[in-house]
Amino acid sequence: MAERNGSSNGNEGVKGSFKVKAGLAQMLKGGVIMDVVTPEHARIAQEAGACAVMALERVPADIRKEGGVARMSDPELIKSIMAAVTIPVMAKCRIGHFVEAQILEALGIDYIDESEVLTPADEENHIDKHPFKVPFVCGCRDLGEATRRIAEGAAMIRTKGEAGTGNVVEAVRHARAVNAGIRKLKGMNHAELVHEAKLTGAPVEVLVECQKLGRLPVVNFAAGGIATPADAALMMQLGVDGVFVGSGIFKAEDPLKRAKAIVAATTYFDKPEVLAEVSANLGKAMHGLEIPAIPKDELLAARGW
Amino acid sequence: MQGAFSEHVRALEAVGARTRLVRTIDDLDSLDGIVLPGGESTTMAMLMERAGMLDSVREAIRGGLATLATCAGMILLARDITDGMPGQHGLGLLDISVRRNGYGRQVDSFEAPLHIDGLNGKTFPGVFIRAPLVERTGDVHVMANYDGHPVAVRHGRIVALGFHPELSGDLRLHREFVRLANTGANQ
Repeated sequence: MAERNGSSNGNEGVKGSFKVKAGLAQMLKGGVIMDVVTPEHARIAQEAGACAVMALERVPADIRKEGGVARMSDPELIKSIMAAVTIPVMAKCRIGHFVEAQILEALGIDYIDESEVLTPADEENHIDKHPFKVPFVCGCRDLGEATRRIAEGAAMIRTKGEAGTGNVVEAVRHARAVNAGIRKLKGMNHAELVHEAKLTGAPVEVLVECQKLGRLPVVNFAAGGIATPADAALMMQLGVDGVFVGSGIFKAEDPLKRAKAIVAATTYFDKPEVLAEVSANLGKAMHGLEIPAIPKDELLAARGW
Repeated sequence: MQGAFSEHVRALEAVGARTRLVRTIDDLDSLDGIVLPGGESTTMAMLMERAGMLDSVREAIRGGLATLATCAGMILLARDITDGMPGQHGLGLLDISVRRNGYGRQVDSFEAPLHIDGLNGKTFPGVFIRAPLVERTGDVHVMANYDGHPVAVRHGRIVALGFHPELSGDLRLHREFVRLANTGANQ
């Protein structure tokens, strides 16, 4: 990947290069990133073994319930969460809202999620993520969307799923779509890749890289609807590098126990005997939503272009 | 357990080693060397503890298992850790003190060329990501410094690095490690 950014200042080395931005995501692999709304939640997540937390004012399930415009969280809340834990802290900005992103960068946040869970601020453009020193993660439903975000500078990708539903079906659909998109590239010559790029809206140069690697050129997590250890292991077996759990933990009956179980299930995703053990006696999972029961204009995954 | 293990696997296999992911005590059986990769040190230590592996890994390394530790792996090996999670404990096998995220948060992560002892020729591309800062060294050999602080140390058959050779595209340190693991293995 071309180094389009990064600044040098003498013997301090080069900061914010694409390599160190994508590199942090590589350190998160095999891990669970948890949504938290208070410093106390953040400490519980860390104690459970989360590899990072997402600092939010409301988890997606509450955003869905309460409606209205969902924006970047209060910087004071984000700072208090950053102070509470030693693991990386992520925060969300609205799609296209590059000033919210600038504010999050100024706070020293470790990763920005340009997220469809918040109300989009721009209905055509995503943020140009290259000039930022802080890395971005973006959601996708298929290979075209994933590669467009990578071309804009995303250093990490996640499936969109359907956040706040506790229903993993959309995350599965999106992970499978990305896998299928990459499988399809195998054996294509360059002319065919250019045609595929036209059909899927994918930038050719990123497709070339996907073909060469047989996977996305950045780390790819699952997100949107993961509520149980089995959900996390399902996504891992579908080939993602790790999982985000949003409402699934702190909307459940026993968050710490469930969080620990999901961490274990992500590590031992291919060992059913471990999954059986950690899935037992977790108390009630969050209440789930059937996707067809959600009015079309309230589906979050459709946001993003 | 968690972290950038597949990048190490790729680098080690590129220099001719056979690899195995270690997630249970049984996986430790008959290894010539072990890599403690970069990742989140709190997460890695907790997972190792929950799998009952901290003691057996400590014993194996103390018994002469060749060890390459990068970033979080270096934190796991360090005797003293500052700014860690309260109650964070690791293996305590290496006589150094480290400060977690001692170079700052992610926006301060950086790349810099390093002069490493024992590597001939050109500098090594150092990739530092939320790297630990080595604040004190005791009974270890310092292989490289950056900005006045050690970033690579060696003690016996342990090599600990604050940066990420597995992300650098430069295989020299992995090649050296495989050589170390091969010499004196099964002795």
